[in-house]
Amino acid sequence: MAKPRVVVARRMPREVEARVREDYDTWFPAGPPPSPLAMVGAAKEHKADAVTIATNLKLSADIIEALPKHVKIVASFGVGFDHIDVAAAKAKGLIVTNTPDVLTDCTADLAFLLILGASRRAGEYEALMRKGWREALGDRLGVKVSGKTLGIVGLGRIGRAVAQRARGFGMKVLYTDLARLPGELEQGATFVPRLQDLLRQSDIVTLHAPLTDATRKLMDKDAFAAMPAGSVFVNAARGGLVDEDALHDALKSGHLFAAGLDVFASEPEYDLRFRDLPNTFLMPHAGSATQETRNAMGFRVLDNVDAVLSGRPPIDPLWS
Amino acid sequence: MTKPVLYITRRLPAAVEARANRDYQVRQNPEDVPVTPADILRNAEGADAIICCPAEKLDAATIAALPASVKAIATYSVGFDHVDVAAAKARNIPVGNTPEVLSVATAEIALLLILVAARRAGEGERVVRAGKWTGWAPTQLIGTHVAGKKLGIFGLGRIGRELMKLVRGFDMEIHYRDQQKLPDTLAQGAIFHDNDDSFLAASEVLSLHAPGGEGTRKWLNAERIAKLPKGAVVVNTSRGTSIDDTALIAALKSGHVAAAGLDVYDGEPKLNPGYLGLENVVLLPHLGSANAVTRDAMGTRALDNIDAALAGKPMPFPAG
Repeated sequence: MAKPRVVVARRMPREVEARVREDYDTWFPAGPPPSPLAMVGAAKEHKADAVTIATNLKLSADIIEALPKHVKIVASFGVGFDHIDVAAAKAKGLIVTNTPDVLTDCTADLAFLLILGASRRAGEYEALMRKGWREALGDRLGVKVSGKTLGIVGLGRIGRAVAQRARGFGMKVLYTDLARLPGELEQGATFVPRLQDLLRQSDIVTLHAPLTDATRKLMDKDAFAAMPAGSVFVNAARGGLVDEDALHDALKSGHLFAAGLDVFASEPEYDLRFRDLPNTFLMPHAGSATQETRNAMGFRVLDNVDAVLSGRPPIDPLWS
Repeated sequence: MTKPVLYITRRLPAAVEARANRDYQVRQNPEDVPVTPADILRNAEGADAIICCPAEKLDAATIAALPASVKAIATYSVGFDHVDVAAAKARNIPVGNTPEVLSVATAEIALLLILVAARRAGEGERVVRAGKWTGWAPTQLIGTHVAGKKLGIFGLGRIGRELMKLVRGFDMEIHYRDQQKLPDTLAQGAIFHDNDDSFLAASEVLSLHAPGGEGTRKWLNAERIAKLPKGAVVVNTSRGTSIDDTALIAALKSGHVAAAGLDVYDGEPKLNPGYLGLENVVLLPHLGSANAVTRDAMGTRALDNIDAALAGKPMPFPAG
């Protein structure tokens, strides 16, 4: 029996690619990562039953519309799905999936890295070391993290894993979300219904919300103004949650002590003004970047493909 | 009555200097750089007490040559391997340090280095800041997962135990090596090793927290590094002398050690130039205690030590 056909539109870790080659009749891009339209072309030409993508391939309504009927599932590598028009997929009956759970710890570790790196000025100090440490530090001191109040915007899986880490630091944890979570998920974190109130009470704010029309530029000028002077801002979720002009101004004026950023409104062509600020700690969207996690994400992509192509329901459907 | 003369080798935080100036005639090094033994001897002439810092060596010869006016020495640090306490004792000069107040701050730096080194954040930061970020890819900048790994703590003293608390939320299995097994109230379930071999073999992440001095000189040498699991992460926030730099650089180049995070250096502020060009090492300028609250608290302890000694009382925080 012929193997089902899969278009792999974005490269995946080696062991994951080995499995997909083993199990399916695959198509891989020969050159640079294909555009959404080129992906549609490949799906048609290869008569694909499934397509795998990643968060940097935009699945808009017209692309979904253009996909041939024989494509039963588009499985995306990553937990975020703001690049997918889920409503359009649902209207067409196209199954779309993401890879939750498997990157929770890894992303929470990175968010904590950003909290520590920004608060303790690790970016600035590392640059000074690379130049040979020939100047005194003087009074360029950092901000202690232990015992501070941490405000978590979005207490989903990753937000909760960050809260768990914060407990080791003896931090008071506040959170805001669409609604209060049950106690067993809250684990002692205090619900604050309004974002502005959360920001006012937090020494350190970390974002863990999905990017939707409702959350776009959630962190605007007023939001940063509500944060206490000398507070620290961290974003390992999505760049689109932040009005970058407002963030830049708050960092430049010194209202914010520092920011740790793993994500940007535009990637990789991020706003270079952040590079010129000493009080930023910048990472290239590396929330899930460990071998174990990237493999687990890739296998989760394939598990979803396997399920759908063998007639079972998907594990991580984005609509139902 | 004239105030006693206090010689302070470096600039200290404003609040600490204010208290010193209130109670003493303060002599200070106007340039905030480490001073030589000759500088110390010259400035100590007629001084009643000295506050020194880790970069200044008060060896037996310097202490023997101190003028008779000097009645107390307080180091502005927890470590005191730079002061020959026995030589001072022989001259009846009490020596004090500043324990406890910097334990949490130093443990924070240790965890920061664990995360930054394991997750390749030094490299990531440089890629982003240099404008060389080519975009998110599933296989880019893959680091080492931290959550769930085994952490080996070399020296489960105050700082080592604080680190153990901080990592509680990271699901790490804690192993430790010390001269003897600690009571369970302190070890909190951490696994004791009575020999280096089994300890090193268990240490997927190794963090050094033993005091400096001859007993630990170049403890982490080529032979011991070889006993670490391949791909281990090594972090040092204790004393640079505990590591054989040549051996660690070789292991970072071969990849046997995946990454290292260093806050302290043998011969600092000079450091082995072999580190400067390596991507998989994160370098910080000895900022274990570098946050405002901690530095003030250290100053309070240093002055408490001097106040007590000059009043003929025992120092509240004697070294050793």
